[in-house]
Amino acid sequence: MLYREAGQFKTSYAADQAILPLVEDRIGMVATLLVAGAVIPAIGGDFLLNGVMIPFLIFALAAVGLNLLVGYAGLLSLGTGAFMGVGAYACYKLTTLFPDVNIVLVILCSGFFSAAAGVAFGLPSLRIKGFYLVVATLAAQFFFEWAFIRIGWLYNHNASGAIEVPSREMLGIAITGPAATSTTRYWVVLAIVMLMTWFASNLVRGRYGRAWMMVRDMDIAAELMGVPMLRTKLLAFAVSSFYCGVAGAMMVFLWYGSAEPSAFSIRVSFQVLFMVIIGGMGSLLGSFFGAAFIWAFPILLRLMPEFLGLKIESQTVDQLAQIAFGALIILFLIVEPHGLARLWSLAKQKLRVWPFPY
Amino acid sequence: MAANPVFLVKVIWEGLVAGMLYALIALGFVLIYKASGVFNFAQGIMVVFSALTLVGLHERGLPAYAALFGALVVMLLLAIAVERAILRPLVNQPDITLLMATIGLTSLLIGLGEIVFGGEPKTMITRDLGLPSGSIRLMIGDRPLVLQRLDIAAGATALLLITALAVFFQRTRIGRALRAVADDHQAALSVGISLNQIWIIVWFTAGLVALVTGIMWSAKSDVSFALEIIALRALPVLVLGGLTSIPGAIVGGLIIGVGEKLGEIYWGRLVGGAIDSWLAYFIALIFLLLRPQGLFGEKIIERV
Repeated sequence: MLYREAGQFKTSYAADQAILPLVEDRIGMVATLLVAGAVIPAIGGDFLLNGVMIPFLIFALAAVGLNLLVGYAGLLSLGTGAFMGVGAYACYKLTTLFPDVNIVLVILCSGFFSAAAGVAFGLPSLRIKGFYLVVATLAAQFFFEWAFIRIGWLYNHNASGAIEVPSREMLGIAITGPAATSTTRYWVVLAIVMLMTWFASNLVRGRYGRAWMMVRDMDIAAELMGVPMLRTKLLAFAVSSFYCGVAGAMMVFLWYGSAEPSAFSIRVSFQVLFMVIIGGMGSLLGSFFGAAFIWAFPILLRLMPEFLGLKIESQTVDQLAQIAFGALIILFLIVEPHGLARLWSLAKQKLRVWPFPY
Repeated sequence: MAANPVFLVKVIWEGLVAGMLYALIALGFVLIYKASGVFNFAQGIMVVFSALTLVGLHERGLPAYAALFGALVVMLLLAIAVERAILRPLVNQPDITLLMATIGLTSLLIGLGEIVFGGEPKTMITRDLGLPSGSIRLMIGDRPLVLQRLDIAAGATALLLITALAVFFQRTRIGRALRAVADDHQAALSVGISLNQIWIIVWFTAGLVALVTGIMWSAKSDVSFALEIIALRALPVLVLGGLTSIPGAIVGGLIIGVGEKLGEIYWGRLVGGAIDSWLAYFIALIFLLLRPQGLFGEKIIERV
């Protein structure tokens, strides 16, 4: 950035350990939060909130969750969609069983159910690694997809087989259901995502995050140095699935309004994994970049022909967008395999010493 | 189960046929994984794409065998393109980056296939390719056992292909070079084997396997992008057999195929049916817990 750390002396341990040690960084964060919390809802229309910002934040949270597992603990998972589904269905069951409980609390609690599912399917990670582990998480993916269709109890034996979000209020304001405005839902999503990201950023800098990174870099060495494998790996699965579960619950309750089992298919798992890779593994900020990129890019690609004044059938546009998306992913991996977060830190470093090269 | 042994034989036979096709897809994975270290997620879409090219070329007036040749040429071009555009720039990147690149390739091929050949399902030209149809009735005791001729042909073709590949790998110059690359990239380079050429050959071989799989699989249903998910069906086969083992792919395919059919037919109803979507993964998982490197995989040796 155009500012430097020179002259900002730390006089206490608390200042030394702060997430944002520089005054300018803190100002930047407050400004970002102000834009996100006040300016965007004020100027943005329904499309911006409902079609762009809410899904972006929800996917960013899921990507943060998966990044904790893949980027920090080095355990590859393709079960994200299923864990999001577990969160969503748990949230639905909880709020229909206990309609009086505060809905935000229910959304957060549903994360614990997907955490339990994550631990159960994370158990094989103690013995199998790498691509072999992917199979264990895919088992979770396909098992839960099947369960959401076949086990009627999960969707209260609806005729449609889908879960419908009931209307719930907090402090007299509708949060979920048809009555809730997109601004309210946006604020709830923003608050949950911000709080959980803040928690994650502290977690990865602490004892557990360091243990995860040791496991990622070399698990045998970590074990020899006294990192308990069982606890560390399962905790990574639990926390990651918790985040994904909350993201899934928010996806249905604060965005879709209702959901069929196909909403949690393997496509979602791939999408979130793309976000983590494109954003940058082992970077929370990268998860946000990745989510923005992967979510916004197809939208922009579809708008492109109209913008250029070309008349192409919408089906062809979709197909062209798919080709362009695939090509861009490959191009992107070639140009910057470490993701957007690396680009960001390079840019920051360059700006820091600007206008001199060193 | 024991009450009707002929039915059991029929179920096992169906399982073996399905398993053979799983094995073919897994074979495509193994070939590429061994030679270039890429976990090629696009193998499933290569199956669809090659079958689609074959049918598409035939629809545009080419005779069946010319279309078959044309599809092979397209797979060769694809192999060259992949080597140039993906493998060469991404050499030495971590596995997951390459995996992601092949997922990108999947998206690209889906879009391309839909634009060129249209998205609607097509019928495989089984008759023009000389594949048999109809069925044979065998009598076991007093009960009839009906076998589809197509299934027998599929099994025979798969066996033939696997044998040909085995001979190619063991007995030819290129095959030896392929095994050298699979063993150690750097050592192979240092004795003068061109990695780029080998990659093209391997991807083309995988494309050939994909084409055969595509023909066999789509002869039973349609050629459509729904076939893409069979790649996911082949994953448990792959890890069950071991990522680097060709016999593993075959044995794994047969185990999964038979296990899936038996499980679905005899125990599926107990829990609500359609369990074949995840049963294979659980079978593979149980095997993996006993042998983390798969049945025939190389022993994983870890050093600190």
